[in-house]
Amino acid sequence: MSTGFVEGWLAGTIQASAPIFYAALGETVVERSGLINLGVEGTMLVGASSSFAVTSLTGSPVAGLATGALAGALFNLILAPLVLWRRANQLACGLALMFLGAGLSAFYGQSFVGAPVNGFDVVPIPFLETIPFAGPILFQQDALVYFMAPSAVLVWWLLARTRWGLQLRAVGEDRLVAFAAGTRPHLLRVQALLLGGLFAGVAGAHLSLAIAHSWTEGLTAGRGFIAVSLVIFAAWSPLRVLPGALLFGGALALQIQLQARGAAVSPFLLDMLPYLMTLVVLVLLRKSSRGRMPEGLKEVFESPKGS
Amino acid sequence: MKMRVLQAVLVAALTLFPTWGLSAQAKVIVGVLHLGSVKDAGYNQASHDAVLVLKKNIPGITVLEAENVPESADAERVIEQMINKGATIIFAHSFGYQDPTLNVAKKYPNVTFLHAGGFKDAPNFGTYWGNNFEGMYLAGIAAGAATKTGKLGFIIGFPIPNILASVNAFELGAKTVNPKVTTTLTIDNSFNDSVKEAASVGALADAGADVIACFVDSPITVIKTAEARGLKSIGFWSAALRAFAPKGWLTGIVMNWGDIYTQEVKEVMAKTWKPSHIVGGIESPIVTLAEYGPSVSADTKAKIAAAKADIISGKLAVFTGPLKDNTGKEVFPAGKTGGADLLNVTNWLVEGVVGTIQ
Repeated sequence: MSTGFVEGWLAGTIQASAPIFYAALGETVVERSGLINLGVEGTMLVGASSSFAVTSLTGSPVAGLATGALAGALFNLILAPLVLWRRANQLACGLALMFLGAGLSAFYGQSFVGAPVNGFDVVPIPFLETIPFAGPILFQQDALVYFMAPSAVLVWWLLARTRWGLQLRAVGEDRLVAFAAGTRPHLLRVQALLLGGLFAGVAGAHLSLAIAHSWTEGLTAGRGFIAVSLVIFAAWSPLRVLPGALLFGGALALQIQLQARGAAVSPFLLDMLPYLMTLVVLVLLRKSSRGRMPEGLKEVFESPKGS
Repeated sequence: MKMRVLQAVLVAALTLFPTWGLSAQAKVIVGVLHLGSVKDAGYNQASHDAVLVLKKNIPGITVLEAENVPESADAERVIEQMINKGATIIFAHSFGYQDPTLNVAKKYPNVTFLHAGGFKDAPNFGTYWGNNFEGMYLAGIAAGAATKTGKLGFIIGFPIPNILASVNAFELGAKTVNPKVTTTLTIDNSFNDSVKEAASVGALADAGADVIACFVDSPITVIKTAEARGLKSIGFWSAALRAFAPKGWLTGIVMNWGDIYTQEVKEVMAKTWKPSHIVGGIESPIVTLAEYGPSVSADTKAKIAAAKADIISGKLAVFTGPLKDNTGKEVFPAGKTGGADLLNVTNWLVEGVVGTIQ
């Protein structure tokens, strides 16, 4: 029954990375449009509790996932009137969204605590799962894990290869120039927020339906913030989000794997690993990734331009 | 955080509503604070079940319950609102309510306050707790008999004395039927991070553990994940957990607070109540074992029943020297036994527990 340490760790890494990956992928789209949503954590919570509730009511995790994605998209939409039309401070709005999501999900999730639910179970891929070593790591996962790489490619294709993506990136670089060139910045940014929320909702659904198979208040436990920093780590590239998420997932999974193997390392020190890594990575990458930051995003942090 | 407060207040207000307009007759009103949802099949549900017992035992009593009350000054406000609505007895059912409850207790000398698991005193403030390690010792026997790999897994929130005593007792119980058995500990640094709990079950299973026990607020995720991985499991707090593991369930430690709640309320009503620190063990109704799962043999059940009888008669102490900790240091010399005070002082892991707590 027992599995090798490396094998167990890598399988755990992939599972732990999936929610961070989906949330960061969505946030990448949002940030490429020149907005930043610090409230990903709240959107994930809304996705997690609504998907769990609907799965418990309908018995279908797919219906739950769809609801979670939709709820995440709509929840992100709250930001649109605030930061687009009212030009409110995006950082403050994002944090408010986080608290709102935490409260809303707790309030509506309350009656589903302890509900018996059949979420996403492990779906082994026939034949491939029997490959020594790689099989159990890569091909004995839940359905949402298998969609990670395709999602990254899809978002990359949308941003880099479609007219919509070009316009979205143009808005992210300079919305005034993009507007002069005939795009509709507000519409594109609303679409970016919707897509970002959709992925954050999927991330939440993965936590409640595929990993925990239960709903508790504050289920995300800070993973939404790791996702936000992951976007910077990935230098706003959807393809780089995948290895980045695996790195963070690896740190999250390592502390539990080491304890389960009886390694004599302090669990408290191990617990800091993902966050320590976040800090180190941000410091190391600050210079090189700065050039890739969407110009429009700099407005949020520096002196406002245009308006 | 603010939403939680609002929510707690709303729940409290809704619970209180029916009592408005009924003020004339002298009725006992009791307030109960819960840390989380009372449907968690865990810590909070056990306390809510006690409220149901209390209502059955004392007809006509009114109980105001508030869920999701944070362990902060917010708890003081919830308690004061309950008192404003006429509550004369408050059960603050979480360790972190100790100081907020004491603060309110000073202001309201005519109200009686009861706190779960605390160590502080006041003339109108008493505490109650159960000796969970005696239950864990018995559950350990079931786990030791069930394991095929000789490896047990134990997932805990924080390495605090009460919990470490439980982990140690679990290993000691398992050793009585399987001398070579080990218990691997994982510490989540949270009492309610379900995602980490699920990952811990997976990691322990990867490392070869085939029976999982836990000390977290809501064991639902642990029990469900263990069941999905084909592992055996030991529950904690509430008997409602069993439904989540029809196959792998061995048994569970169930904390029944109902009799304690009833006793305290009756004493207050009879004006015989005195502040005290009540700790009930396996001899009391507070700590019981849940119904056994299908795989527990008659032989194991008999061994558990015998150990329980010996603990109650005083023939057997769970912690009896010589005992070494898991670094090889002697913690209990031969002949020395330990009692309920270990719930407050244990800061070591017994030989056979794999883990680090520093």
